[in-house]
Amino acid sequence: MKKIVEIKNITKSFGSEVVLDNINLDIYDNEFITLLGPSGCGKTTLLRIIGGFETPDSGDVVFMGENINGLPPHKRNVNTVFQRYALFPHLNVFENVAFSLREKKVPKDEINKRVTEMLALVALKGFEKRAVTSLSGGQQQRVAIARALINQPKVLLLDEPLSALDLKLRKDMQVELKNIQKATGITFVFVTHDQEEALSMSDTVVVMTEGHIQQIGTPVDIYNEPQNAFVADFIGESNILDGMMLEDYKVRFSGHTFQCLDKGFDAHEAVDVVVRPEDVDIVPEEKGHLRGVVTSVTFLGVHYEIIVDIGGFKWMIQTTDFHDVDEHIGLFIEPDAIHVMKKSKFSGMFGDYSSFSDEMEQIGEVDLEELEELEAESEPDNE
Amino acid sequence: MKRASKIYTALIMVFLFAPMVILLVFSFNEAKSLSVFSGFSLKWYRELFRDEETLKAVVNTLVLAVLAALISTVMGTAAAVGMNKLRNKVLRTAMDSVTNIPMINPDIITGISLMLMFVFVGRLFGAATSLNFATMLLAHITFCLPYVILQVLPKLQQMDKALPEAAMDLGCTPLRAFFKAELPEIMPGVITGMIMAFTLSLDDFVISYFTSGNGFQTLPIRIYNMTKKTVTPKMYALATIIFFVILTLLLISNLYDEETVQKRREARANKKNAKEART
Amino acid sequence: MNKKTRSLIQYMTLTPYSIWAAVFIVVPLVFVAYYAFTDQNFHFTFDNISRFFTATSQIDDGESVKEVHTYLVIFMRSLKLAVISTVICLLMGYPLAYIMARAKERTQSILMTLIMIPMWMNFLIRTYAWMTILQDTGILNSILSALHLGRVHIIGTETAVVIGMVYDYFPYMVLPIYSVMAKLDVRLLEAASDLGCPSVSVLRRVIWPLSLPGVLSGVTMVLIPSISTFYISQKLGNGKFYLIGDAIEGQYTANNLHFAAAIAFILMVILLFCMQLIQKLTNRKIIVP
Repeated sequence: MKKIVEIKNITKSFGSEVVLDNINLDIYDNEFITLLGPSGCGKTTLLRIIGGFETPDSGDVVFMGENINGLPPHKRNVNTVFQRYALFPHLNVFENVAFSLREKKVPKDEINKRVTEMLALVALKGFEKRAVTSLSGGQQQRVAIARALINQPKVLLLDEPLSALDLKLRKDMQVELKNIQKATGITFVFVTHDQEEALSMSDTVVVMTEGHIQQIGTPVDIYNEPQNAFVADFIGESNILDGMMLEDYKVRFSGHTFQCLDKGFDAHEAVDVVVRPEDVDIVPEEKGHLRGVVTSVTFLGVHYEIIVDIGGFKWMIQTTDFHDVDEHIGLFIEPDAIHVMKKSKFSGMFGDYSSFSDEMEQIGEVDLEELEELEAESEPDNE
Repeated sequence: MKRASKIYTALIMVFLFAPMVILLVFSFNEAKSLSVFSGFSLKWYRELFRDEETLKAVVNTLVLAVLAALISTVMGTAAAVGMNKLRNKVLRTAMDSVTNIPMINPDIITGISLMLMFVFVGRLFGAATSLNFATMLLAHITFCLPYVILQVLPKLQQMDKALPEAAMDLGCTPLRAFFKAELPEIMPGVITGMIMAFTLSLDDFVISYFTSGNGFQTLPIRIYNMTKKTVTPKMYALATIIFFVILTLLLISNLYDEETVQKRREARANKKNAKEART
Repeated sequence: MNKKTRSLIQYMTLTPYSIWAAVFIVVPLVFVAYYAFTDQNFHFTFDNISRFFTATSQIDDGESVKEVHTYLVIFMRSLKLAVISTVICLLMGYPLAYIMARAKERTQSILMTLIMIPMWMNFLIRTYAWMTILQDTGILNSILSALHLGRVHIIGTETAVVIGMVYDYFPYMVLPIYSVMAKLDVRLLEAASDLGCPSVSVLRRVIWPLSLPGVLSGVTMVLIPSISTFYISQKLGNGKFYLIGDAIEGQYTANNLHFAAAIAFILMVILLFCMQLIQKLTNRKIIVP
């Protein structure tokens, strides 16, 4: 495969905040690549550097073997679908799509032909004369894609293009985007914070946080073989435990020694262990590797999500069988359900299900005793 | 509206319009009297149109207002674009505060301050009187600028920042991107700013009074000079004409507004229909 | 946008205006101070400033001749009339703004236009119209005498000056208050009623505090021109009630630029101080619409 864009040692900061720290990334021809990460991880900045809207502090952007660091956006063979589409409100659908052709002084007949073709590709035939402000979100999205594709760019940059759409429409658009990418053969660089979206559409996923790339790989690799606690937590649900590698294929965590499929660690090396909630089997207490008490149960339709307290650590387990709160259960974990990772700076930050979000952790739980005390104090004295 | 509200509003309107109506009625009075209407006549209008000084003042005012509006609109729009992009907080605050000065300062101080500078600089170059059309134009541009900036800035802030980027992405140079993507978006603000600058310049008396030379009269200064001495109903005729010009302009702009509101409503209806059609 | 284009655009767009603002806004104010603190030969002096505070003149009120501080009296009179006019404008304008904001959309735009028409008339004409009405031989008196109600002498009194100020600057009070009130979320009022507020309380506890920014800019926009006016007092006060604006204009006409600058300087400093005070007291920034 041919490299089409090479990002080399790119660093970028806004003021004192380093947004991208020495990033290296190769993007190949005809690839659907997704930059995935939480907000503020630098993914949009990286996209804007490729588009030419930001200049890196240091490092190079190479486009088809040519350094394009100083090249302004209008001279790059790259187009962008913006986050809230950025359609020109004063122009109708046709004129929005024709914008770049008019800028290039393409003959009128050819403009007509190409715009009509492009509108057909995005299923917007008959919308030529409509005002873009009168379109629905999904239709605006299609116009934005048509407008960006009409120039036949080598690379299409998409900055969270689906974030404004509702859930069902988003799923449809995911399929459609993938189809358009296959039909046109153009490289898509897609930015999102939605891991499900990233997994379902991409050939390659690039997981980023805090200005660093954490892992590059296929969706399956990323999910099954996360490289550190951050990736494991960000992609899907994970129980992440402190463990110790005893020898190859043998890891100890939660007070029990398990068989596993991982090797190549030092003897007695401290590691992070990932167990996905859907990979844990619930068995009668005496038959389990581990024993715990159910602390909460949430019904989610397809399955139950239950939180189990095992020696103070809250595990999340997805099961189709109902278990009641306060029930004592056993957990059975197969070797292929266990994934062992090297310790990283993210170790200990994720993987315990006492709360789902960081925010809730900061707020803390409502202290019922304190509440009662407060109430008692505020009771008027009747004596 | 409730009855009490209606009565209250009506009373205020009487207060606002009674003086206008009186001017209007007495502009057609045959006699010079201010209190007794002695018969219909167009005599004062005829006299007004024979008053060359006033006619010249009208022309002067229009020339001045057009120039002041155009220059302040171009410079003010550019300034707003630059200020909107300014990331340096200290510089931005400084620009904002300086822009606010002519709006907060009483006109008399703005007028006096400009006059003092013009006189001082004029004296440096040995001119006896340095106040003329040019100084007045400079003054008018100065007090119009903040109003243009204040009309354009919010439009820039409301605009999707990605629009000019999208234009550049599609092959425009930064300058063309401004004219093709940004300017159409902020145009309502630019137009309102220009209209405001134009009317403020037309209407200004105080600053003009201090910065005009003896040879150059605008309409407000002409009115001031006319009302300084004896009263003449010619003034009423002039006021009546101004009143109707303003009334027409306001009605036109209102109709225009309603048209745009109507268009927006239609667009909304379209959108709704489209939604219903899909479901 | 990358850094280079951004700084280029900033340079191109901001430079003309920055130079303009420095030369025609900031420098002229420096000239006011410069003239205020110098004499005819541009030697430094405090004389102009101290003259404002110490100059005296005699007033003959019919019974006795009193010696008063000329400019302090003038300033206090300007302040008094401006404050009275502002309060009247607020009392008249606030209910109107409220009524407008709650009216139907079409009524709102008609009322807006109606209020703007007199505003677009030149204030000289507006003032002049009141002079016509209030004169001893004017319309008001002919109506009153036709109704056998006797005559009133208003022209040349402080009342006439206040009427002129209120009439001239009334729209400047209504429009900012109206624009704030029109944006008030109706749900806020419903929420207040829902929480058990009777309508008088809703007005006091919800509408008034929320409309305060509009009130503040309305007050500023009426107070500042009425404190510094010079035409209204000449026409409606028959020149008997010299205001601070008349003092500045008088010194200008007499070509006494240094003293004119000194009065303007003092007025500017006092107004600046007042605005700061209002901002401190209300904890809000005054926005000039």
